[in-house]
Amino acid sequence: MNCFLYNSSVGKKLVMSISGCALVLFIIFHMSMNLTALFSAEAYNMICELLGANWYALVGTAGLAALVVVHFVYALILSINNYRARGAQRYAVETKEPGVSWASKNMLVLGVIVLVGLLLHLSHFWAKMQLVEILGGHESEVGGQMIAATDGAALIQYTFSKWYNVVLYLIWFVALWFHLSHGVWSMFQTAGFANDTWYPRLKCLANIVSTLIFLGFAAVVVVFFIKAQCGCC
Amino acid sequence: MNFTLKIWRQKDAKSKGAFETYKVTDISADTSFLEMLDILNNNLVHEGKDPVAFDHDCREGICGMCSLHINGLAHGPGQNATTCQIYMRKFKDGDTITIEPWRSAAFPVIKDLVVNRGAYDQILQAGGYVSVRTNSVPDANAIPIPKADADESMDAAACVGCGACAATCKNGSAMLFVAARVSSLAKLPQGRVEGARRAKAMVAKMDELGFGNCTNTGACQAECPKGISIAHIARLNREFLAAKLQD
Repeated sequence: MNCFLYNSSVGKKLVMSISGCALVLFIIFHMSMNLTALFSAEAYNMICELLGANWYALVGTAGLAALVVVHFVYALILSINNYRARGAQRYAVETKEPGVSWASKNMLVLGVIVLVGLLLHLSHFWAKMQLVEILGGHESEVGGQMIAATDGAALIQYTFSKWYNVVLYLIWFVALWFHLSHGVWSMFQTAGFANDTWYPRLKCLANIVSTLIFLGFAAVVVVFFIKAQCGCC
Repeated sequence: MNFTLKIWRQKDAKSKGAFETYKVTDISADTSFLEMLDILNNNLVHEGKDPVAFDHDCREGICGMCSLHINGLAHGPGQNATTCQIYMRKFKDGDTITIEPWRSAAFPVIKDLVVNRGAYDQILQAGGYVSVRTNSVPDANAIPIPKADADESMDAAACVGCGACAATCKNGSAMLFVAARVSSLAKLPQGRVEGARRAKAMVAKMDELGFGNCTNTGACQAECPKGISIAHIARLNREFLAAKLQD
């Protein structure tokens, strides 16, 4: 294949940048959608119904899956190249360079944690919702009770009543925060939209975006856990 | 001042290397790092031992010949300085100093602390020049160039090609070096003409030589002895992508 998106280092990075950008936009949409559950179970379930096994939701899901696969496969290819480029002999002593973030040097590890978290999340929600509808069903058994595929609010309520799920999801969100704190400004740099004037702005934007995403997702998890402990829902 | 030196010794490119420990004593705080190594080598020669091989030339920070990874940092402690500009007052009396050659697949060790940086020359030969004969130096203001562009070009042209960027990058990427060369010419009218061809050719050669991919850690910028900004990498990305999209 003679395409710079596959053959050149800058082209491969551009693929990471664009796929990462699309995934960040989806995550922002998902977080906004989740916040609805804090205010109204009916409104949230209405969105779930809209995103069931409809053709546009299926196309969107397939697109997202493709983006995740492309982002991850390219990350692996780039990381293997980088490992080889570093050479067989490693430095005996390494000191942290000033101004270099921890996240920027650990994007693959953070990405793997995010991916594992995603698989767990899919097993908790997607497998009980859209997948059930794709397979022709309307409800599935969760924790000994039957929950409708469109009743996302009930699934949230059940999942985050368990303390271990709360801990796992919060670890996942922390890894996502670190990943995005570097990834968001880095995608501008890779696409060439950056300079010394814009670095502080882009890094500030990355911190704001990643923090809002963290807080938005964590709020739903924590609020539903507290509600379950109080027995108020 | 007295120091314990842990120095990488390697007979030649094919031999397996290892650290050896040496002591140097009565070193003045105002001795440069390379002069300290000269003193060590003088002692070794007097003892009938093989002196430590290391690269050096101008010893005033402009030639790019000196290298060395000192206590985990390219060109040792201190910002915007090459190894020859580091003085022993940067260290504490009694310190143990670990000295390693650049570690990068594209920079193989030739002997001890000397590595082959010919890969950078090959990247330059791929396009880091203006191919039209420009004859003698033109009149100063024959081609007006905005001050900001001239400054940016000169900042990039400050690159001495020492290899610290690739040596310090966790990915072994040479992007800062390539970016500095592309950027210094792209900002001038004489170099602008071949901008697209240059960016494509130099990136292709860089990839071919086995350098890694830039992940924007910024370690290269932190360790560059000339303080070259990663903003030049963003410009290289723009130049390369725009050139490829026009193909």
